[in-house]
Amino acid sequence: MTNALTKLLETRDWLLADGATGTNLFNMGLMSGDAPELWNADEPAKIKALYQIAVDSGSDLFLTNSFGGNASRLKLHDAQNRVLELNRIAAELGREIADAANRPIVVAGSVGPTGDIMEPVGDLSHADAVEMFHEQAEGLKEGGADVLWLETISAPEEFKAAAEGFALADMPWCGTMSFDTAGRTMMGVTSADLVKLVEELPNPPIGFGANCGVGASDLLRTVLGFSAQGTERPIISKGNAGIPKYVDGHIHYDGTPTLMADYAVMARDAGATIIGGCCGTKGEHLVAMREALETRPRSERPTLESIADQIGGFSSAQDGTEDDGGAPKRRRRRRS
Amino acid sequence: MSDEEEIILSELNDDELVDQMFDDLYDGLKEEIEEATNILLERGWEPYDILTRALVGGMTVVGADFRDGILFVPEVLLAANAMKGGMAILKPLLAETGAPQIGKMVIGTVKGDIHDIGKNLVGMMMEGAGFEVIDIGINNAVESYMETLEAEQPDILGMSALLTTTMPYMKVVIDHLVTTGKRDDYIVLVGGAPLNEEFGKAIGADAYCRDAAVAVETAKEMMSRKHNQMSA
Repeated sequence: MTNALTKLLETRDWLLADGATGTNLFNMGLMSGDAPELWNADEPAKIKALYQIAVDSGSDLFLTNSFGGNASRLKLHDAQNRVLELNRIAAELGREIADAANRPIVVAGSVGPTGDIMEPVGDLSHADAVEMFHEQAEGLKEGGADVLWLETISAPEEFKAAAEGFALADMPWCGTMSFDTAGRTMMGVTSADLVKLVEELPNPPIGFGANCGVGASDLLRTVLGFSAQGTERPIISKGNAGIPKYVDGHIHYDGTPTLMADYAVMARDAGATIIGGCCGTKGEHLVAMREALETRPRSERPTLESIADQIGGFSSAQDGTEDDGGAPKRRRRRRS
Repeated sequence: MSDEEEIILSELNDDELVDQMFDDLYDGLKEEIEEATNILLERGWEPYDILTRALVGGMTVVGADFRDGILFVPEVLLAANAMKGGMAILKPLLAETGAPQIGKMVIGTVKGDIHDIGKNLVGMMMEGAGFEVIDIGINNAVESYMETLEAEQPDILGMSALLTTTMPYMKVVIDHLVTTGKRDDYIVLVGGAPLNEEFGKAIGADAYCRDAAVAVETAKEMMSRKHNQMSA
């Protein structure tokens, strides 16, 4: 398969991804409750400026402003009929910025969760989910995205449905989950589970990994969990810039550029190939991360202890990948 | 299926049946819960006792294991769904018998926030714990909260936000309660991924709840405190 991301990965042993989309757009005046995707059509200059931040800060790839661009999310803004248009523009604007750069930049079409819970626990059927992801994929493809980029997923069913939708659009893709609940996703998926899930797909992603979640330490632990499985597939690490704090009536993330630089280097040492930030990660963080990745030598695979020492403690004692299967076992069933 | 013999619910004595209901709730077996609820009713149990001892009791175990990272959202949703099956049978009977209410909650995401999975989970878990839940959906302005509080007179107001940009709106709602002199009428619980205890305190909520299980525990604890104050 030839695409811009695979090509870039052949020549480099790490890539810097981008930082936050939402956080940065809010800084540009996006109001809470508005769909960021509507800005693709209404405020294209601002979206281009957002992409430009990533390029100017040293990112090798950036995600398009299309995270909530599926029919289910856009319906909340009565824009469910604009899926193709909004995604196409998100990618077109990205194409424009990437092609104007003086180095190869990958335009990754961001695809977030539907926000619905899938059957059998919830109401969203597999077929409907596939259809939604397919529709969004077609829009991003038409706009010129190099790859699709599934992110912040918590349910394995949804990950699979997205993969199927992307196959229908015949697009290469990457996929990350958010491990925010005692080291697992909200739906209970461990890092080891995701490695397995990815390899079982008929159209596996180019790279896979973790994004968002709860702070850089947890994310590094998850990356260690991926690489411990001996996967050959590039691992993606996109962690938040620290933890949100409430100061004087608004929120800011407490992760400094220095911390994110340490995190980036440790993520690489832990086995990640594509490294970036997520919520709260601004241009200044990316610059520090790039500089660290370029100048600091590789060193040993970090241990949980060294992560805790350098970056900070974990949100939970275990993450479900321990030899005993993690936390205490389920209660004994009297019958099945 | 295991090799164990099929258990016939109606052949169990009361204690065994309640234990079995705990397990069936844990495993999310709705039909079994409905059957067992009917059996206890036939045996002359008060609806309120079935609710509190069997259903809420069983969901407490589910909640504890969810809190401890043993169960995850899919299992909890199945358990809550099974609980609802039993609850549907009991609800009209509870109303008839004038049984005491465990509590009533109004819940919604704040203005600007359209992320509702967390709120939905809390709602389901609260119902699972026997609370009456009025869900006012997403993107609620102060007026929408006030209107519903006025109409429903709940014990608890629950607000949820996923975005760091929408979290501060919780304070707007609480400030409004304060200025209109209604703050003490309600227990205010807040939750959402980016929040923490410090934030909850800073904006004047009664408590920040890390997850749905903690929300239920906190709600129960605060309700019992409230009852104690009233009888004191």
